[in-house]
Amino acid sequence: MSFLRRLVGGPDRSASAAKERLQLVLVHDRADLTQAELADLKDEIIEVISRYVAIDRGGVEIALTNDRYEQRLVADIPLAQSRQRR
Amino acid sequence: MTATIITITSGKGGVGKTTATANIGAALASMGRRVVCIDADIGLRNLDVVMGLENRIVYDLVDIVEGRAKLRQAMIKDKRIPELYLIPAAQTRDKTAVSPGDMIRLGDELREEFDYVLIDSPAGIERGFRNAIAPADVVLIVTNPEVSSVRDADRIIGLIEAESKGPGKLIVNRIKPEMVKRGDMLDTVDILDVLAIDLIGVVPEDEGVVVASNQGNPVSQNKDSRAGRAFHNIARRLEGEDVPFETLEAGDGFFGKLSRLMRPGGQA
Repeated sequence: MSFLRRLVGGPDRSASAAKERLQLVLVHDRADLTQAELADLKDEIIEVISRYVAIDRGGVEIALTNDRYEQRLVADIPLAQSRQRR
Repeated sequence: MTATIITITSGKGGVGKTTATANIGAALASMGRRVVCIDADIGLRNLDVVMGLENRIVYDLVDIVEGRAKLRQAMIKDKRIPELYLIPAAQTRDKTAVSPGDMIRLGDELREEFDYVLIDSPAGIERGFRNAIAPADVVLIVTNPEVSSVRDADRIIGLIEAESKGPGKLIVNRIKPEMVKRGDMLDTVDILDVLAIDLIGVVPEDEGVVVASNQGNPVSQNKDSRAGRAFHNIARRLEGEDVPFETLEAGDGFFGKLSRLMRPGGQA
């Protein structure tokens, strides 16, 4: 709906910004996990995983997501490019 | 009689809890139900002025709880609508004068005599809020279409569920159809999407609410007021009637049609 509105209504309107900000703040409120804590969590995950496998540290993404019924902590951890390709 | 006890709360202050309590109470009573409204905002009494009964207060909620007054002495009968009563909050005490247990006992006593007990909760999530929800069978959460208010509503929904009083039902208050239409105000659909809760009413911004509260009249008695009709419809839904939601943004223009098309399960 907001997408369509944007499409027809020209520039970004504030309601869609409100909804996006709200979704982000609520996902942190509900999990009782602040942005700063999430950053620490990310650093520690990188550290632990690096002990077992080489990863692309810059490409790691950890985020809280939610839909109406459940929340997830989603981690996307790209492995480092292997030099020994088959 | 076995009353349904309904607590109206919000988390954030100033979103329209007291107005909603007064108007839903008046609407239910005008439909022939026996209704008592309790102001649980001890120290910041206001339901009395919104209902226009401020000049008749002798005893209050704390007097009942502490045994200085009998229920019948403290209940104030409405001027216009028969079967509508008010139990005012104490103005010179604070929230600690009443406990959740006191509220449960009071609720049980009132259950015998009424069809509905409406409790106007104070803002916040502390003692006053705990008192207000303790006896509740149903919790109505009032929000405005603003980020801060919806965020607080989410917190309240979580607390209500933790107390096994949930999930509650949502009232979106003070919505401005023109702003929604041009994309500068959260729509009801957006709010429901974020909060995952059932809707029980959408009340448009209406100057009539201010006029009514200036005079101490419930706006739900004014059939010409859009907010009044919305509050009346909430009362009918509480009675179990299947009243379609007012399509504030719909009905005219391109976006109205579009929003009806886009609504999940809605009819074009």
